[in-house]
Amino acid sequence: MFLLQILKNDKGGRWLIGLLIALIVAVPVLNSLPADSALHVPTYTISLLGKYLTLALLAVAVDLVWGYLGILTLGHAAFFALGGYAMGMYLMRQIGDRGVYGNPDLPDFMVFLNWQELPWFWSGFDQFWFAALMVLLVPGLLAYVFGALAFRSRVSGVYLSIITQALTYALMLAFYRNEMGFGGNNGLTDFKDIIGFSLSDDATKIGLFIASAVALMVGYLISRALTESRAGRACVAVRDSESRARFMGYRVENIKLWVFTISAMIAGVAGALYVPQVGIINPNEFSPLNSIEVVVWVAVGGRASLYGAVIGALLINYAKSYFTVELPDVWLFALGGLFVLVTLFLPKGVVGLIRKKESV
Amino acid sequence: MSGFSLQEFMRRDQVFDIVNAAQSERLNVDKQILLYLEGLSVSFDGFKAINDLNLYIRDGELRCIIGPNGAGKTTMMDIITGKTKPDTGTAYFGQTIDLLNMDEPAIAEAGIGRKFQKPTVFENLSVFANLELAMAQNRDFISLYTAKLSSEQSDRIADVQQLIGLAEHSFKLAGALSHGQKQWLEIGMLLMQRPRLLLVDEPVAGMTHQEMDKTAELLISLAGKHSVVVVEHDMEFVRNLAEGGRTVSVLHQGSVLAEGTMDQVQNDDRVKQVYLGE
Repeated sequence: MFLLQILKNDKGGRWLIGLLIALIVAVPVLNSLPADSALHVPTYTISLLGKYLTLALLAVAVDLVWGYLGILTLGHAAFFALGGYAMGMYLMRQIGDRGVYGNPDLPDFMVFLNWQELPWFWSGFDQFWFAALMVLLVPGLLAYVFGALAFRSRVSGVYLSIITQALTYALMLAFYRNEMGFGGNNGLTDFKDIIGFSLSDDATKIGLFIASAVALMVGYLISRALTESRAGRACVAVRDSESRARFMGYRVENIKLWVFTISAMIAGVAGALYVPQVGIINPNEFSPLNSIEVVVWVAVGGRASLYGAVIGALLINYAKSYFTVELPDVWLFALGGLFVLVTLFLPKGVVGLIRKKESV
Repeated sequence: MSGFSLQEFMRRDQVFDIVNAAQSERLNVDKQILLYLEGLSVSFDGFKAINDLNLYIRDGELRCIIGPNGAGKTTMMDIITGKTKPDTGTAYFGQTIDLLNMDEPAIAEAGIGRKFQKPTVFENLSVFANLELAMAQNRDFISLYTAKLSSEQSDRIADVQQLIGLAEHSFKLAGALSHGQKQWLEIGMLLMQRPRLLLVDEPVAGMTHQEMDKTAELLISLAGKHSVVVVEHDMEFVRNLAEGGRTVSVLHQGSVLAEGTMDQVQNDDRVKQVYLGE
């Protein structure tokens, strides 16, 4: 009932939630069919799909701040990567003495660097609950501090976009350094177990896929509940006319700070689910290009609709997987061309196209 | 550890200062004056937009302010609402509230509402949502997130919709309204804020004659309960508003040139010179 209340005015959202539930039920069943059956879904595909779902969750987080609050963030991949690193650190600790060097106390890269003991910021990551907490807290705290500084001094528009870009770039450079203690440019990899389940097991992969689908549902519903509330309408007011909202008595910077922080935490969860499914996290995830790509997904799907972000993320990532296998040289041109075409002919994205069809 | 004792700190019958929200001063209009602007000056890059401006608005009064372009009308509104800080001078709301120490949201909370020259309604929200957001309410994020529309609130929104003639357009997006309707919606939004002082900047720009008459009626009906300050270019409209001996102030080069009834002002030689071009 509560769900229906949130999705009352959101037809696209009802479709999305329905589809995700169907996937959660259908995918394990189809996977268990014999391998020569036409309907068999290989585990490889499931992990790929799970990865797409985490990227879709990242896109929802970006749409929340860009679509509803008007902050064009070009650094959201930073929060995604931080969530990923928190999960990666937990997974590193689970390796135990099964690493190449067989050192039970230190991850391989630290042994390689001749470190004698675990740095303080790695303590606690043996525990799943602690890592899970950090997945939320680290991106949330960074977004809070960053937002408090930027919004209070009323930085907005292009300048804010540039600063978000600088944020993720600075983090990338920092994480590339071996001295930081996060594995340098190799990042964290060679994961074995997650909460006692082997990551190479099919069942674990299916479990991670289901977790991603559930996370996307929950993240979507949290975001939708926000946009449907009076606070959501205040966000739109801030987006469309910040000074007017201020003269009406709204503390614009507080509204921005709340939503930005919530969005960063959602992005962190997406990153944490992404890492075990791709098996590696390295500083490339902080690359400014990644953040820009997310914005393209949201633009292609349709801004300020939330489910449009999901459509865009799935569509483009599927295209990316296809093109990078079949025509690897063409992909970046295709992405750039797509963005230009969408901006010119589909300013409201795929969602705008659907809505137009419906209203005719 | 001088001056600090643990015992003192741990006392259970005290409330720390940081817990007490800063109490805003209560509005005090004992002297029947709602707004005091005294000796205000502000310059932008050497240009004196406001120059030793003195202006007093009585409680419940409808005041028209006229003046040629660049006379400082909009800058004055910016100062009152906290958008611009003056170089010198004081601005008090009632006898106690110092406007110069407050930012825009705090001033709006204190009871000053502003209508802009260009109608700025939230075009992507419905008429209803526009009024709902403008309503006097708790505006921190959590309260907004959990807010439910009470029947009293929806009654008030319905009343205001009736008053501004947009009752049938409740669920229309504000962006789809005509220019005049947007102006009224904005006035409606001001009313939802329950302000003591309404600042109205050129309310009839781009309106038809019928719409102008309706707007004048609306503004006059608001005076008394609220103080209303109207800045306007259109002399016909100002004459209409100032009927019955209401005060008109003429602004010129950032200060008040003349004040009085419409007739007095129109017959003032200096006013004729600078404004009416005679």
